[in-house]
Amino acid sequence: MIDPRLTVINKRLKDVRNVIAIGSGKGGVGKSLIATSLALVMARKGYSVGLMDLDFNCPSCHIILGIDLQNIYPEEEKGVIPPQVHGIKFMSIAYYTKDEPTPLRGSDISAAITELFAITRWNKLDFLFIDLPPGTSDELLDVLRLIEKQKVIAITTPHILTIKAVEKFMKIVNSMNREIIGIIENMSLSKTPMSVKLAKDFNTRILGVIPYIPAIENYIGSPVKLLSSDFAKYLAETANRILDVFTD
Amino acid sequence: MHEWALAEAVVETVLNYTRDHKGKVVEVKIKIGKLQSIDLDIFKYALNELVKNTPLANTNFVFSEEDAIFKCNVCGYMWGLKDINLSNEILENIHFVPEAVYAYVKCPKCGSIDFSLVKGRGVYIEEIKVEQVDDRS
Repeated sequence: MIDPRLTVINKRLKDVRNVIAIGSGKGGVGKSLIATSLALVMARKGYSVGLMDLDFNCPSCHIILGIDLQNIYPEEEKGVIPPQVHGIKFMSIAYYTKDEPTPLRGSDISAAITELFAITRWNKLDFLFIDLPPGTSDELLDVLRLIEKQKVIAITTPHILTIKAVEKFMKIVNSMNREIIGIIENMSLSKTPMSVKLAKDFNTRILGVIPYIPAIENYIGSPVKLLSSDFAKYLAETANRILDVFTD
Repeated sequence: MHEWALAEAVVETVLNYTRDHKGKVVEVKIKIGKLQSIDLDIFKYALNELVKNTPLANTNFVFSEEDAIFKCNVCGYMWGLKDINLSNEILENIHFVPEAVYAYVKCPKCGSIDFSLVKGRGVYIEEIKVEQVDDRS
């Protein structure tokens, strides 16, 4: 039995110049908020940007973007076209599961990831950001295996337990021969990021250090407010460093 | 149509196969799980259009459909798609991403949301029959 969808996945991404997967290994570090905000910041800089939420059990990028799932649905055109939302093309399983709990097991997650990549027509993009789910299991392995041109950004917080989990995440990424272009330390507590040693150990760079910003809760669901927040200012600097990586 | 994307995947896969295996592909057997509610007429039309001017132009595509069967991981009860009532809106969601079924279905016997799809998910290639070409002439 052959799964034909696997053949077309990288063909669907042929007009996407850069694929960046945002992951961690630990939950609650701000992956979705950083992936969504980076997509918005890059779009504001004039780049054509896509965002794919691959957290199938608890998708949240659509909540950050303030999307009404009852009124937005991907257009069907020889596959599906991601809706344009706040200047970015956005794809999520949430369009199809709404906000219902969707308890997928590993093999179902693999099948759903394959389906979404096989049917989604991104067309031309400068950047596609992928919001990886937490953990180091099926979803991570599937995305690392399936998407050939991706590069990875690791998100951490200044806590030893997170750093240890991110270290495992980065080892897995390295073992799958995907490049880690840098680390973002979120909710940072001091000017000296704990993640410096991690970056050195993995021969990569710090792309950003974002302090804990309590007011961030007020911006969830409002991209306009999010883009005018301090959080977005820090991510604009990170976006510039990412652009430097791709133009080096 | 979503069927086009899947038909394109089938054609690309078989064309890749022909690059790796010498010979002419005479028949391709395709299994279609009913969970995805593929419109077979559109799927066949898309295949016919996509194989034009390719080495698969005269290939015979054979289709077999497979009922969707679920099994409850709590009580072991097994049921089919035809045993439950789903709205057209939900069926459309499942059409695009069959795993969306886990958001809308519960075990009809015990009410658990912990169940598995046993078979009948979507489109798979069962067999590619190749006829060896005599290239001595």
